[in-house]
Amino acid sequence: MTAVADIQEQESWFHRNQQRIAPWLFLAPGLLFFMVYVIIPVFQSFNLSLYEWDGLGAAEYVGFRNYEDLYWEWVDRDAFYISLKNNLIWLLLYLLSIPAGLFIALFLNQTVRGIRLYKSLFFFPFVISQVVVGLVFTWFYDPTFGLLNEFLGFFGLGPLNVLGDERFVTYGIIFAGLWPQTAYCMILYLTGLNAVDPEQIEAGRLDGAKGWRMLWHIILPQLRPATFIAFVVTIIGALRSFDLISIMTQGGPFGSSRVLAYYMFEVALSEYGFRMGYGAAIAVILFLIMLCFIAYFLWSMYREEKGH
Amino acid sequence: MFPKPIEKQPRAAQITYQAMLPLALLLWLGPLLAVALFSVKPEADFTNANYWGMPSSFEGAFNYGQVFFNSDMPRYLLNSFLITVPTVIGAVALSCMTGFALGIYKFKSNLWIFFMFVAGNFVPFQILMVPVRDLTLQLGLYNTKTGLVLFHIAFQTGFCTLFMRNFIRALPFELIEAARVEGISEWRIFWYVVLPLMKPAIAALSVLIFTFIWNDYFWAVVLTQGAESQPVTAGITSFNAQFRAAYQLMSAGSIVAALPPVAMFFLMQKHFIAGLTLGAVK
Amino acid sequence: MHSMFKRTAAALAASVALAAPVAAELTGELRIFLDTSNPAPRATMEAMIERFAAEHPGLEIETTVIDREAYKTQIRNFLTADTPDVATWYAANRMKPYVEAGLFEDVSDLWAEPEIAENLASTKGAMTIDGKQWGVPYTYYQWGVYYRKDIFDELGLTEPTTWEEELANCQKIVDSGRACYTIGTKFLWTAGGWFDYLNMRTNGFDFHQQLANGEVSWEDDRVKQTFANWKQLIDMGAFIDNHQTYSWQEALPFMVKGDATAYLMGNFAVAPLREAGLTDDQLDFYQFVAINPDVELAEDAPTDTFHIPANASNKEAAREFLRFVASANEQTEINNGANLGQLPVNAQSSVDDDKFLQQGFTMLSSNSPGGVAQFWDRDAPAEMAKVSMEGFQEFMVKPDNVDRILAKLERARQRIYDN
Repeated sequence: MTAVADIQEQESWFHRNQQRIAPWLFLAPGLLFFMVYVIIPVFQSFNLSLYEWDGLGAAEYVGFRNYEDLYWEWVDRDAFYISLKNNLIWLLLYLLSIPAGLFIALFLNQTVRGIRLYKSLFFFPFVISQVVVGLVFTWFYDPTFGLLNEFLGFFGLGPLNVLGDERFVTYGIIFAGLWPQTAYCMILYLTGLNAVDPEQIEAGRLDGAKGWRMLWHIILPQLRPATFIAFVVTIIGALRSFDLISIMTQGGPFGSSRVLAYYMFEVALSEYGFRMGYGAAIAVILFLIMLCFIAYFLWSMYREEKGH
Repeated sequence: MFPKPIEKQPRAAQITYQAMLPLALLLWLGPLLAVALFSVKPEADFTNANYWGMPSSFEGAFNYGQVFFNSDMPRYLLNSFLITVPTVIGAVALSCMTGFALGIYKFKSNLWIFFMFVAGNFVPFQILMVPVRDLTLQLGLYNTKTGLVLFHIAFQTGFCTLFMRNFIRALPFELIEAARVEGISEWRIFWYVVLPLMKPAIAALSVLIFTFIWNDYFWAVVLTQGAESQPVTAGITSFNAQFRAAYQLMSAGSIVAALPPVAMFFLMQKHFIAGLTLGAVK
Repeated sequence: MHSMFKRTAAALAASVALAAPVAAELTGELRIFLDTSNPAPRATMEAMIERFAAEHPGLEIETTVIDREAYKTQIRNFLTADTPDVATWYAANRMKPYVEAGLFEDVSDLWAEPEIAENLASTKGAMTIDGKQWGVPYTYYQWGVYYRKDIFDELGLTEPTTWEEELANCQKIVDSGRACYTIGTKFLWTAGGWFDYLNMRTNGFDFHQQLANGEVSWEDDRVKQTFANWKQLIDMGAFIDNHQTYSWQEALPFMVKGDATAYLMGNFAVAPLREAGLTDDQLDFYQFVAINPDVELAEDAPTDTFHIPANASNKEAAREFLRFVASANEQTEINNGANLGQLPVNAQSSVDDDKFLQQGFTMLSSNSPGGVAQFWDRDAPAEMAKVSMEGFQEFMVKPDNVDRILAKLERARQRIYDN
């Protein structure tokens, strides 16, 4: 008898507090997974960056020596300097995918026959894995038979060994990366253009706005949400550039196409890399760079949430 | 509509536009078409330096036959499915719940937890690499599909939560309040009221996550090692090592590896674009 | 304690096996990881494992073949988790990190058995760290210059033996519109082969090893002399263009098509060159020329090996497998021309009649008085190997940067060996 009463008591307690407890029960599995695999590892990496560890034996605490080594690599213009410099180039040039995407979106924002198929075919590169994109462009640039040199030869130029020349290699890889990224931005803008208010366009036309002026003063302000997302995904894409470099050059020739994401992998886990702690220190630097953007993004979201 | 509809332009502009469309597409997909051309060429064309001419004979069947019957490719493809599908199910299931919790309930730390998911979603992979690899080794899941799936589920939960939470926010809240007034338990509200309304979001997210996971390369390299567990993105590098300098086979292999997400995209295009933009352009 | 016990038990089992060569039937599972992913070696190894399996029907053998390049990074994972019972690897410094971390089994007991002690004596040094042996070799091969004999004949050239002859030959080849050497340095190690030879010929084997061990400055005049010699070749256009974008396999067609006349490579290059259509009349071999007459000739002859991971579960069967691999008959079989096409490590084995193997065997056994090196990335520690080979690649593209490159290598040396 008392047992039944107990359960009723419990039930009513649960019932009374249901709305306070329920969210935590719903959150628990997802939160647990996310904590274990994402949040805690971030802190572990911070910790690991203070150690010297070959991934096999015991780790040795070295304080900030890994960061000191990075500093000297910076001073000596060694690998870390090159990686950081290339990261900056990636960040800047990758942003070109935003205007390029907008341009293609404007080009395709028509209602002629078959345009839907065109739109999906233009979007196509984004769906393909970066590994395949990397292979495709490696062959595109190949100095003996690449399409690029065929093309340049047609105009009496070249030949160019893009991936073998330390002056061009990073730009060559970024160009390959721009291909899918532009497709992504394009789709964001195409959707955005669908939502542009036709009345405002009409009003603009009445005011005599045309072409560029119309785009700048009336269309772009309305595309701001799309631009914002395009900006965020492009920045993240630029800082995550690992697959293309790994497939196309492995950081070469002589290390001139490294970026932090690849360099980290290289020192920690690649064929000759045994420096887990050092890799962690590089990852921390990369994380701190990314943190600027994450903070900016969260701050915008926070403002929007409060605005609601 | 912007720019001005082409139908309202002079005839000459219309014709130019119609002519430029296929041309632009050809240019845009040029590198890919080149690989498709490579994949049906006979080996002799490459030794004779006939890279860009017409194939001297059509060897598509032979080349693709090699990929499917004389390499580990089918196994890699199977692995990719066995990794991708459970991840999609897991991540979508978890994020339906987290999205529900963060979208419906008002509690103090709500926004902070939400922001944590969002921020975590953006961290560079490299800062997770060493600890996640160690964790997977300790769990005895290194070089297993399970190890890869567990990590992917956890990581994708970040993005999926962002997506689901925003979607649920936009649902009519009155429905839930009405259900509560009738004394329906929270679990049942989730199951019978909200979940049916989330179908479009689930479809969109599934397609999107499928593509993301299928195309993952970094974690495949870090957490798996052989043909028994590696997905096709990592497998293609071994495949290429096996057929080094046999461009017709490497091309065919790349096309095969790229095909499933492409098929997914064309079949589920509506959901796919909804997924990309719903979580985004809101 | 537990692992201690297991180790003693395994040792005990091994010594029992020693006492009675036809040991009790082996049972259980034997997991073998191989890096022999190219088609021919793969088939060879699989056939060898089948023969082993036929002798031990009670064993359940599982073979995993991993891509050769990927294997190099994955070994450190599978040595600690999901560990096989037998794994392939390389000799000398290349196995050092794993030996030092206690991940390889000490197999000195095998080396105490007369069968191995007597017949594998020549490779014992390469398998020894801290006075113990950590694995068993299964093949080795010579390096040297593989060249197009038909083109040499056409230009009236003969095999050079001195640096002057080498340069004179090369000049004639360049004048005929060809490159003297094909090479693909995308994965760096091929440039390491050139450095090995140029430095060993300029400064001798002992100096070369001192450099690998970090005992000499990279800005030493002797090192600079090596690079000056190298620069002579680069400046005259001896190497193909764009080598930094090719793998070693992608560099083969230049030689096949006759755009380049020679390849400094390991003997494994012969098989793909023949497959590509070069006959033995077109293809020949010579030892890398002498440069400094005061130093003795020394050669690269990398040794590939089998090891038992310390975490293996069936060490008894693994030991038996290692004995099997090193046995005279198997060595003759797997290294013959139809299989690996390399040199057997067992002195009782016979070398295949293949002309390249015969030349290589003679060269290594009678014309390499200075010593035998493993290879640059096996002799130098991993990190130094990486940085330096990157430097070699840069040097081959931009020889004028030599001072900057050497300064960078010297900085790296001071950091790496200091730890």
